[in-house]
Amino acid sequence: MNEQAGRAGGLRVGIDVGGTFTDLMLVDEAGRVRVAKTPTTPDNQAEGVLAALEAAGVDLSAVSLLVHGTTTTTNAFLERRIARVGLITTKGFRDVLELGRRTRPRPYGMTGTFEPLVERPFRLEVDERITAEGEVLRPLDPEEVRGRARALLDMGCEAVVIHFLHAYANPAHELLAERVVRELWPNDYVTVGHRILSEYREYERGCTASVNAAVQPVLDRYLRRLEARLRERGYRHELLVVQGNGGTLPARMVVEEAVKTLMSGPAAGVIAAAWCARQAGFAHVITYDMGGTSTDVALIENGVPAVSSELELAYAMPVHVPMVDVVTLGAGGGSIAHVDAGGVLRVGPRSAGAVPGPIAYGRGGDEPTITDAQLVLGRLPPDRLTGVERPVPPAEVARRLEERIGRPLGLDGVGAAAAILRVADDRMAGAIRTTSLARGYDPRDFVLFAFGGAGPLHASALAKELGIPLVLVPPRPGVTNALGCLVADARHDFVRTLNRPLATLDVQDLAAVARAQLGEGEAALGRETTPILGREVRISAEMKFEGQTHLIRVELPAEEVLSGRLTRTRLLDVFAEAYDRRFAVRLPGIPVWLVNLQTTVIGRRPGLDPHALLPERAASDAEAACIGVRPVWFSGRFLPTPILARERLAPGARFQGPAIVEQLDATTVVEPGDEGQVDAFGNLVLRVRSDWEG
Amino acid sequence: MSRLDPVTLAVIQNGLVQVCNEMDIAFSRAAFSPVIAEANDRSDGIYGRADGSLIAQGELGLPIFVGTMQDSTRAVIEWIEAGRVAPPEPGDVYAVNDPYLGGTHLMDVRFVKPFWYRGELFCWLANTGHWPDIGGSVPGGFSASATEIEQEGLRIPPVKLYKRGQLDRELWALVTANIRIAEQRIGDIEAQAAALEVGARRLARLLDRYGRDTVDAAIAEMRQAAARLMRARIREVPDGVYESVAWIDSDGVVDEPLAIRLRLTVDGERMVFDFRHSSPPCEGPMNSVLATTKSAVYLAIKHVWPEVPINAGMFEPLHIPDPEGTFLYARYPRPVSGCAAEVSQRIAEAVFLALVQAVPERLWGAPAGTSGNFSLGGYDPEKGRSWVMYHITGGGYGGNAETDGLSYGCSTIGISKSAPIEVTEQQYPVLFEHYALREGSGGRGRHRGGFGLDYAVRLRRGRARASFVMDHGRLGPPGVLGGEPGAPNEIEIRFADGRVWQPPHRSKAQGIEVRAGDVIHIRTPGGGGYGRPEERDPELIARDLRRGYYDRW
Repeated sequence: MNEQAGRAGGLRVGIDVGGTFTDLMLVDEAGRVRVAKTPTTPDNQAEGVLAALEAAGVDLSAVSLLVHGTTTTTNAFLERRIARVGLITTKGFRDVLELGRRTRPRPYGMTGTFEPLVERPFRLEVDERITAEGEVLRPLDPEEVRGRARALLDMGCEAVVIHFLHAYANPAHELLAERVVRELWPNDYVTVGHRILSEYREYERGCTASVNAAVQPVLDRYLRRLEARLRERGYRHELLVVQGNGGTLPARMVVEEAVKTLMSGPAAGVIAAAWCARQAGFAHVITYDMGGTSTDVALIENGVPAVSSELELAYAMPVHVPMVDVVTLGAGGGSIAHVDAGGVLRVGPRSAGAVPGPIAYGRGGDEPTITDAQLVLGRLPPDRLTGVERPVPPAEVARRLEERIGRPLGLDGVGAAAAILRVADDRMAGAIRTTSLARGYDPRDFVLFAFGGAGPLHASALAKELGIPLVLVPPRPGVTNALGCLVADARHDFVRTLNRPLATLDVQDLAAVARAQLGEGEAALGRETTPILGREVRISAEMKFEGQTHLIRVELPAEEVLSGRLTRTRLLDVFAEAYDRRFAVRLPGIPVWLVNLQTTVIGRRPGLDPHALLPERAASDAEAACIGVRPVWFSGRFLPTPILARERLAPGARFQGPAIVEQLDATTVVEPGDEGQVDAFGNLVLRVRSDWEG
Repeated sequence: MSRLDPVTLAVIQNGLVQVCNEMDIAFSRAAFSPVIAEANDRSDGIYGRADGSLIAQGELGLPIFVGTMQDSTRAVIEWIEAGRVAPPEPGDVYAVNDPYLGGTHLMDVRFVKPFWYRGELFCWLANTGHWPDIGGSVPGGFSASATEIEQEGLRIPPVKLYKRGQLDRELWALVTANIRIAEQRIGDIEAQAAALEVGARRLARLLDRYGRDTVDAAIAEMRQAAARLMRARIREVPDGVYESVAWIDSDGVVDEPLAIRLRLTVDGERMVFDFRHSSPPCEGPMNSVLATTKSAVYLAIKHVWPEVPINAGMFEPLHIPDPEGTFLYARYPRPVSGCAAEVSQRIAEAVFLALVQAVPERLWGAPAGTSGNFSLGGYDPEKGRSWVMYHITGGGYGGNAETDGLSYGCSTIGISKSAPIEVTEQQYPVLFEHYALREGSGGRGRHRGGFGLDYAVRLRRGRARASFVMDHGRLGPPGVLGGEPGAPNEIEIRFADGRVWQPPHRSKAQGIEVRAGDVIHIRTPGGGGYGRPEERDPELIARDLRRGYYDRW
């Protein structure tokens, strides 16, 4: 990493637009880092981006690379500020997108609503049919397609989806229809189902394609606007965008597959976590990004973030393209605590959000939240909550907690706060265990990488609960996603369904598929103008026992696959091993199938000097970093607790818990008995004393 | 025992539910049969050591199992006490599917595992998995015309299938010799047993952490808390007697409707569900066993008040006098294969229709309420093998106080996803002609019902036999508060020679022969409307017409 750093001339800038703040991180030619944080401008995110650039004093003509993480598509989707989309599909099947997979939103409660992305009048059919074997049963009439496309234009559709049954088996009809539609469609917003996702399951493929079409014009307009503004101010290079798979793509290419920018921000965070942990010498990481309304958790194994193709964006909205496997839990600082009619304390899933927000924010919120509990327990600085204009004093917050939570449970305000925190931590730990550790991993092999505004507040307690021995808090936890933009590589994923038993699988066929995917990836890298220092290939397979429907993803040795040297026996062993770890079962008699082959081609970008994040004027030891002492509540009582200033902690500084480490963008809690140390790169490493066997 | 502090209580309660959730997930992910792996037709839970009462159940389990597994666990305990099956030892797993011993239908096989902690029996872990076949006269087990349980398949009383961690190979050979497609079942039963082992490991850690006495105390408190919460909800329901009737088309053998007559008495903190005036036991397989009848009431109540945790405490204020002498309390040898999938949904409907009179703001019009079971099996001459396809569907939900009903939701008692058309066409020699929203099927109302499914399947090769176990073919799902009923279920076969056939029993038929080119056309029910149609927002009416949901209002 080191030797690559700073090689590219000019400034490099990472900018991530989050729900509340737009974060910027800049690295100059000498490898020095600057950061900035400005409010996000939801109506046009470009304003916030430019404000951040201004706040950091960036001269855009000196910038050689600008990498952007964006929530434009996610927000457009969630708020349904999307384009009018038309659909051309197989006769008899236009309602597939409205019927979904016959579900309801919650296991209990016979209510709920669902609105498909393409409204029924804009879903038109053509008389064509291809069978499961890929044979043409009824040929496609191009004239009919033309008529349908014209009708959709007349109805005011801006984007169109072409989605035919069994197109993954034979794409001929979709390709023909695409040609016809593009001839008359006035823009490039034509999404073809099998091009986005070439796997069977008509609902998932069609839904993924319609999400793409719905957000494509929104993303295109946003990026064009942003690029124009950047050019006006002197930026002369390509704008890169982080995709949900954690890789970057030039703005002009990313629009084509706009759906892949969903989860752009969370993916950038995970990429940053992988980078920081690698510098610090840790291979296995659980990332823990807690914000105001939700918490994102992801797993990194051997330095590589886990990837999944089964994202469910909202109820009945599957998006099946490879993305960093980020699980979102409905718990954040704003999660509301209440005592139910049975007398049991519950935290979440309702959230006070930013408005009215926690009681402590003084914006009218009157329901107790996790943030309020933290404040009452002395863990948050009482006088400077980020972005709060009229804070409510802790004693008043405690009184309200006692009233709403304490009385029914027989607790005072502090007791109520402690109870809220404990229940919240327990629920989060449970969710982390289910989403990551329950997959057969030993928690003792992991570090917990805590970031986001609230992550470092909870990390020690969670690590203790989970049996994870170490917590890693990066130098700037509040701008981690922007760091992710800076260190992200170019990345292209290719998935191909083979669906064959291993017994009849020719490894030369496998090699041929992988080589073709590699060729496509290299060609895509070749179309970029930003510098690439080298490439890496990763190959994985999704496999199953015969008769199963769930798949297990296994990493394969790329060189052996490409050269055709990978034996079937070896494939079988790799799968059996992975299956045993996950389910503790070996089933030697049952045939194994290889369903999907995925090749990932990564173009390495110039790295970042890991020392660049070190604070400039740090004290040599922890005592000199101490800026005060205040009572903080730990397991049953208030302890006089030193408050340390993060920017004054130099590499090598060590200290014992209890301690609170404060910095502008986050607060880290170090529990009694735990030990903190700053590593050579400025990461805060907490050694957590486990009081039980995890 | 001193009262537990509220934090420890909440933490242990979450911990126990999480143990169950992990069992649910492990079971589904490792299972082979799509019924379990995709449709999640399974459930896992923790049960009291003395009487099998429900301590905690996974949130991802199939709703119909909400109240039944405690009865089958209790049956295992009683058999052990009576000396009819050997007492438990560490590593054992009992298997049972007898419907009359706290079961549902024969396909639902329960595994019951004693959980030992530091040398003492602490509780039972149990799960249910729906096996894709259990022998009997019809592949898949959903008979439309059985008249005694022996025709429905293999009945397994409580037996030790695993002894000290080892599968009893002889017993297993006996089971597999009596069921179809047996070769893949070994993977499923290993998954089913492994899920219980996953639960045992997690539960042991919880006990290590908090200690046996504390966890015991928490379990007792959880039960009381659930009972308190349930009672608090019942107090909000006006006292009174509320009557309702739900109809089943026929029992599949005798073409007469069966009535589920409910007299619901709400009295302070209690609810009494009196079904004793329902139809007598029937000849065909639409009888319900007692455990399923009760479970249907519990799951209906859980649908109305989802916030009440599932444990024995929730059931305490709900009283269900044994409906002796009715088809809702079937005894040997009455056939029962329709009880879990169909009768249970009609029982839930009766509960909804009674409660809507008391608390209209919390309820809805009747949902489609049928699993829409269509099975087609035959011989594929091109591939040279036999095949059986089960196609389960759903329908529209009823409108409610806030919104229109959901279109094409899964059954009241299920949580499964539909099988993709592309997957089905890969596996079986069939071709879907269409798969569409059933226009006009949602019952009109201030908030209309959701729409059902309209689909048609053509047999591509060879011959096959079609069977149907559905319901709501005689009358559509009722509307409420002046809302209209949803459209009834319809089945039609269009033979290649031009003949058109409809089942004499409307929604049920067994073994109808079809050949290549014949088309089976099914329309599933829409949901009942909520409130009078005249009260509907004109803008919503215009939108629905524009979308082609109706051709006129």
